[in-house]
Amino acid sequence: MSETNEPEILFGIYCPPHPQPLLSPEASEGYSNLRAAYDECRKRIEESEADIIIVYSTTWPSIIGHQIQALEKAVWTHVDDDFHYLGSMPYEFHMDTQFAHSMRENCEKRGLEARTVEYEGFPIDTGSVVALQLLNPENRIPTCILSSNMYSNRSETIVLGKAVRDTLAQQNKKAVVVVVSSLSNRMFTEHIDPKEDRIHSQKDDDWNRKILEFFDDGRLEDLSQLSRDIHGQIRVQKVVAYKPAWWLAATMGQHNNYDGEVLAYEALHGSGGAVITLTPSTGSVGDKEFDEDDVEFYRGDRNVLDKGMLE
Amino acid sequence: MAKGQIVAGCLAPHPPHLVYADNPPQNEAYSEGGWETLRWGYQRLARKLKDIDYDAIVIFTPHWQTYIGTHFLGLPEFKSKSVDPVFPNLFRYNYDLQVDVELSEAMRDAASEEGIITKMMTNPDFRVDYGTITSCHLLNPEWDKPIVTISSNRNTHYYSPEVMIEQATALGRACAKAIEESGKRVVLVASHSLSHRHFVEEAPLPEDMSKEHIYNHSQYVWDMKIVEMMREGKSREVIDIMPEFTEQTIAETEGGGLIWMLGAMGFPDFPAEIYGYQSVIGTGNVIACWDPNDDTREYVL
Ligand SMILES: [Fe+2]
Repeated sequence: MSETNEPEILFGIYCPPHPQPLLSPEASEGYSNLRAAYDECRKRIEESEADIIIVYSTTWPSIIGHQIQALEKAVWTHVDDDFHYLGSMPYEFHMDTQFAHSMRENCEKRGLEARTVEYEGFPIDTGSVVALQLLNPENRIPTCILSSNMYSNRSETIVLGKAVRDTLAQQNKKAVVVVVSSLSNRMFTEHIDPKEDRIHSQKDDDWNRKILEFFDDGRLEDLSQLSRDIHGQIRVQKVVAYKPAWWLAATMGQHNNYDGEVLAYEALHGSGGAVITLTPSTGSVGDKEFDEDDVEFYRGDRNVLDKGMLE
Repeated sequence: MAKGQIVAGCLAPHPPHLVYADNPPQNEAYSEGGWETLRWGYQRLARKLKDIDYDAIVIFTPHWQTYIGTHFLGLPEFKSKSVDPVFPNLFRYNYDLQVDVELSEAMRDAASEEGIITKMMTNPDFRVDYGTITSCHLLNPEWDKPIVTISSNRNTHYYSPEVMIEQATALGRACAKAIEESGKRVVLVASHSLSHRHFVEEAPLPEDMSKEHIYNHSQYVWDMKIVEMMREGKSREVIDIMPEFTEQTIAETEGGGLIWMLGAMGFPDFPAEIYGYQSVIGTGNVIACWDPNDDTREYVL
């Protein structure tokens, strides 16, 4: 633990969930660029002093609160629902079970519903499988995977990130944190030649590039504050909100003091795939006063509907 | 060769809780029961299906979600363990099932001819989704008929509920044509709930029925409206009202299963048989069957 009782986050990674960089990197220049960026991140993790890799995956939705993978050795062969023809993804991942169980306790202390999952054959999602296979192929570092609750919104997601900080500080572990998510997530709805892959629309590309500018400038909290706009503009409305930047900022620290590096930005069947790193630094960018409230403890539904009822 | 036909269409919700509550040998979890209204309804419908002569079950599931077209299972056998990603504490089911690949390919070809983007799924490591497993287990616990699973293309999210209606209806028409040409007798299954807002907390004993109720009254009223229209044979009207129903109740109809099935059956104007309605962790579930045979159609509940 550092002297200020703050957790030590070595760096953060933002990376895409689709399997092409793992299964067919040679199919296009774009996919191989993404693969090279993943490989660079893998190298940086290997050279770091990380004790744990923490993954927040947007392709693992949960309903009963927040699920935390806790099976010591998760072994299976995964096949993607859409891209099954690219091949199977056999995996063996080693979880930090001690971290997983304390994480659940710390979630509960902050008012979140949470549970560990510890079952042979549990279907680990495509995003987590792709990221962990590419970032930590030999299980040099134990990991923890967190689900994304499909009903949760900003406050829950922020509090979830803070529970990660609590747990890291308690266990005095140095972490690399990984968000698995597309930028724009609209894919082409037909099969395409990978060599002709491109971002689905100009608008998606424009927004992606603006987001990448923020990342590049290390403006993580600004991105967190922009999440609702991002959701409205370039996310297919599958879930209630775009949550990755909320979680990443809450976990790494809600400020703009980062060195950002965009290692790759390419299309993945039309969606925006970027591999980005954020490393805590000093000095801040931006002069905006943030207008979304900070939140330490999740208090559940506010029962607004009932309060307005006539007696 | 006699013309093939759809001999029944079942709306068969797939909360894994129902399999869990049944304690079949295939499932690793153990329960003290629960959700009898649905389970007894399923048992009655399963008995009815036993009396119907059919060759295959074709099931449309919202838990095989595809964004790039509609996919069809394309290998003769799948054997593995299905673990529910949301309720792994309840559902870890060892399955061994047969697929009617010939029928699957015929439906895929017919769908392609209709202009629908399609793909056969031929990866042997693929895990069949828990919606398929749950609905098929409850309708045919012996697993003595081959199945075909059709994926749910995400039209509702990508475009709109109206586009979903057009696409799923076209897919239904194409499947009906392929079934007719196959000479086979087929049971169609739309695997999903109605209203679909879940509680985000689970009772310490999930089957504790003193804790089970619908998420809110609005969901219930909407569900009852849909069930009433089913009873009255107003299947076209069910589809017409579906965009609003889906939006208001976050209904699992968004996956397109019921639209596909009723479209394949030509939007029947005879009453649906109702086998039971009950909530599961807050969601609304009805078991219904459209029996096109006037001689065997019953007034069940
Ligand atoms: Fe479902």
